[in-house]
Amino acid sequence: MPALLEALGLKAYYGPIPVLHGVDLEVEAGGITALLGANGAGKTTLLRAICAMVRREGKIRFAERALEGLGTEDVVRLGIAHVPDGRGTFAHLTVEENLRLGAYTRADRPRVAQDFERVYGYFPRLRERRRQQAGTLSGGEQQMLAIARALMLAPKLLLLDEPSFGLAPLVVKDIFGILRAINRDERVSMLIVEQNATLALGLADRAYLLETGRAVMSGSAAAIRGDEAVRRSYLGY
Amino acid sequence: MTALLHQIFSGLATGGIYASVALALVLIYQATHLVNFAQGEMAMFATYIAWALVQAGLPYWPAFLLTLAIAFAGGVVIERVIIRPFDKAPVLASVCVFIGLLSIFNSLAGFIFTYTIKSFPSPFAEKAWYGTRFMSPHEVGEIAVTLAMLVLVYAFFRFTPLGLAMRAAAQNPVSSRLVGIRVGWMLALGWGLAAAAGAVAGMMAAPIVYLEPNMMGGILLYGFAGALLGGIDNPWGAVLGGFIVGVLENLAGGYVVGPDLKLTAALIIIVGVLVVRPSGLFGYRIVTRV
Repeated sequence: MPALLEALGLKAYYGPIPVLHGVDLEVEAGGITALLGANGAGKTTLLRAICAMVRREGKIRFAERALEGLGTEDVVRLGIAHVPDGRGTFAHLTVEENLRLGAYTRADRPRVAQDFERVYGYFPRLRERRRQQAGTLSGGEQQMLAIARALMLAPKLLLLDEPSFGLAPLVVKDIFGILRAINRDERVSMLIVEQNATLALGLADRAYLLETGRAVMSGSAAAIRGDEAVRRSYLGY
Repeated sequence: MTALLHQIFSGLATGGIYASVALALVLIYQATHLVNFAQGEMAMFATYIAWALVQAGLPYWPAFLLTLAIAFAGGVVIERVIIRPFDKAPVLASVCVFIGLLSIFNSLAGFIFTYTIKSFPSPFAEKAWYGTRFMSPHEVGEIAVTLAMLVLVYAFFRFTPLGLAMRAAAQNPVSSRLVGIRVGWMLALGWGLAAAAGAVAGMMAAPIVYLEPNMMGGILLYGFAGALLGGIDNPWGAVLGGFIVGVLENLAGGYVVGPDLKLTAALIIIVGVLVVRPSGLFGYRIVTRV
């Protein structure tokens, strides 16, 4: 099966400073791929590079289309939804307005109405709070809103940047269960950045290990989990 | 007592003009956190366009609408061509651009239309059923136009997808791009709307203050004072602030400082608000959970 997303020699820069030094990466259609690595390894930057949020070089293809030269808005319109670090919700807008914005680029009105119902089905809490300002939600609810908003795009690929960050373990368990269900039921492919390697490897079927801007290891989640060095450095047992 | 009521009501009428200017300032401030000092001169120039259209034989209301369309397009073009290159420039650079725009429009109006004071028609008859003892038909009509514009702007931002996208782009440009909103175009649209709102102010003010290149100087200051008083990030507050400033200005002119020193009232309000309550009477104080 051809890869849904394919990066070859991807480099990214903050101003003049290179952060990614040529990463090769593939995300399979329908699969969940995890990006592991320590702080500063370039995981978040890699997600940002896919969405053209940072200056980048190298080849990058999505669903047989070259992404070079496209701006963030156009990458998104191809069906890549990004749940950024810090969640990026519109704090002054209501939950419902946040979700409506998620579907901003879509013209298929009846399907959007259905998707509202589906998304509220995954996250019933959001339905209860749909008239509330997003800024007043709890951290877990905001993370749910960020994911729900991304789903409203009806994406082919979901980029998730540390969805567990700052959340209570029970909430994290909840959210990861929903992500698994979304992947299974909607066939949405995912590329997930996660500090918590155990959690990420439990969800993903493939994984990449980044170190200082380079992919140093890749393989099936099971193989990575079984690797001695990874276990000692990232899994902590 | 009658005199006092008179002052208050005619204050409301000029307040409507300040409210339109305040709304125009807020539309740009919300998106960029910058105060467009050229707003008044842009409005003045649009009013000259309306005058030229009327001179060319167009009836008032078609000329009015055509002027709004021209002002809107002009605002969009100014943003795309002149403001955009200063996107990431320091604030002071933007201020310089605004002041440059101000003097360009001022001189251009003088150059094209001369500095001779012109009278500008009012669409409202001199005597009409909606005129009252305290307000002329033009004053009543002008307040109605201001309120109608406010309702339209509100409905646009509240109920249309494009309005929602503009609010989103003003609040969080990064996330807006991530849902596919073309943020640059939203800013340009904001400039277009602001220019149109300013044009309404200019066309409503011109029958009272007469048409000349410096007609909006004082009005911009009062409008700015109104926007600050009401809360420069809140369109409703800014409009209300505009009306309040109109009344205060008239009362101060009539009873306190006299007509010659009226403009100082605006400056006192500006300084007073910034010292006592920088967010204005109705400015948003953001509630977030951390």
